[in-house]
Amino acid sequence: MAALWSNPDFQFVFWAIVKIVVILLALLGVVSYLIYVERKVAGHMQARTGPNRVGPLGLLQPVADILKLFFKEEFIAQHSNRVIYHVAPALAVIPALVTFSVLPLGPLVTVTDINVGLLLFLAMSSLGVYAITLAGWSSNSKYSLLGGLRSSAQMISYELSMGLATIGPLLLAGTLSLTGIVEAQSRMLHVGPVPIPGWFVFFQPVAFVIFMITALAETNRAPFDLPEGEAELVGGFHTEYSSMKWGLFFLGEYMNMIAISGIAVALFLGGWNGPFLPEPLKVVWFVAKVFALLFGFIWIRWTYPRLRYDQLMNLGWKVLLPASIVNILVTAVVIYWRQPS
Amino acid sequence: VTLVQALFLVFGALLVVSSLMVVVHRNPVTSALFLVLGFVSLGAIYLTLRAEFLGMVQIIVYAGAIMVLFLFVLMYLNLQHDVETGVQIALRRGLGWLMGVLVLGLGALLLGRGWASGPASAAAPATHGNAHEVGIALYSRYLFPFEITSMVLLVAMVGAIVITRGRRAPGAPPGAAGDEGGAS
Repeated sequence: MAALWSNPDFQFVFWAIVKIVVILLALLGVVSYLIYVERKVAGHMQARTGPNRVGPLGLLQPVADILKLFFKEEFIAQHSNRVIYHVAPALAVIPALVTFSVLPLGPLVTVTDINVGLLLFLAMSSLGVYAITLAGWSSNSKYSLLGGLRSSAQMISYELSMGLATIGPLLLAGTLSLTGIVEAQSRMLHVGPVPIPGWFVFFQPVAFVIFMITALAETNRAPFDLPEGEAELVGGFHTEYSSMKWGLFFLGEYMNMIAISGIAVALFLGGWNGPFLPEPLKVVWFVAKVFALLFGFIWIRWTYPRLRYDQLMNLGWKVLLPASIVNILVTAVVIYWRQPS
Repeated sequence: VTLVQALFLVFGALLVVSSLMVVVHRNPVTSALFLVLGFVSLGAIYLTLRAEFLGMVQIIVYAGAIMVLFLFVLMYLNLQHDVETGVQIALRRGLGWLMGVLVLGLGALLLGRGWASGPASAAAPATHGNAHEVGIALYSRYLFPFEITSMVLLVAMVGAIVITRGRRAPGAPPGAAGDEGGAS
């Protein structure tokens, strides 16, 4: 046992598994209460109270919801492709979870810091399409298929702009490691006498806006929730799903929201950097910024109506894509120009 | 075996099995999914060889972009089974066997002559395969092939646009034919 324990490979795997389990459990809790927050915020935005019956302030509502999901009847559509039908919900959750492995939560708190962290995030978000496409196809239902096809088209279109928007901070930091990008934002800048934090959002406002818009589209959140537009497509790609399989899609959507907000914080909002707190507690800043962005997600959902399909495609290809390319060009030119020769 | 070698073996086995399933499986959509699995395990093999950039790009480009489009088309056509018969399928089978034998022979030759260094025997330098190295190589030594490739892609893109626009009837106003729907 002692020999095994002193093996560096074993230690590496052991601590990685410990971190993964801790983050997974924390995320499950965060997601269930994020849903509660979403319902509460939605309620107050519409002059209602939101859930308030189960427990004080309705705080036990997520527990009740999850229990209900587990006890629901499992329904499998006839002539559906069984294997793919069962695999698709898992695929909705896995990419989001893998992304968390590279998220720099704090100076000392991260599962792993690899030198291609940003690329890993892009790879995982490009794999996220499969869950929805496969769910739509394997259900053998018109609504599901149309929802799945729509979502493939939407995610392929917006992935490009998202990838290009991340190049701005990348050029400024000069590294693909997310921890490196956060560290590049740790110094303070002085505009005249006023000190401002050196977050990349101040240098890359266009990229930040593009990234957040594409983040909404990639997570299928309103106003980009066409794949599940209930007025035309019933439930969209998850029409035929029930019980905990449907729950996994829901879980995947919220985990994706958290992951993408975390990436946005690391790329643009200075990650864990912030005043007052000592090093080990800097993770609080990260969490606070992520929650601010998540509130933004919810706010937007309950404020804007859904886009029409052609508007969606026009916005993606004719506005966001050219804008992100111009942004890269300008950033590159300015960096080259300011470089000491 | 070290951890990296064990991972290499696992992903290598996964790659071989999923590649076989691509050929053997009757349902085209399932075949395509096994191809995705193959690409992902190939990306993982690149990681074990310390080519992180290549591994990630492998997943982004092949598994994330190209195969999604493949799958898109397969689902749209809704091919449940391979329906072609007769001469065409015989021709395809013959070509397939020929290619398979050629690839096997090539692999045996490479292994026999010791050209393939084998799994993780020679440790690559720590920076090898990183974005920096790849970028420097692309923009200096391989600039011309790189630019030619981009031209080829541009030509393909223009061709695709021309085909999807359809042929306009003589005298018809611009954008009258094949102009429904957005770019999807």
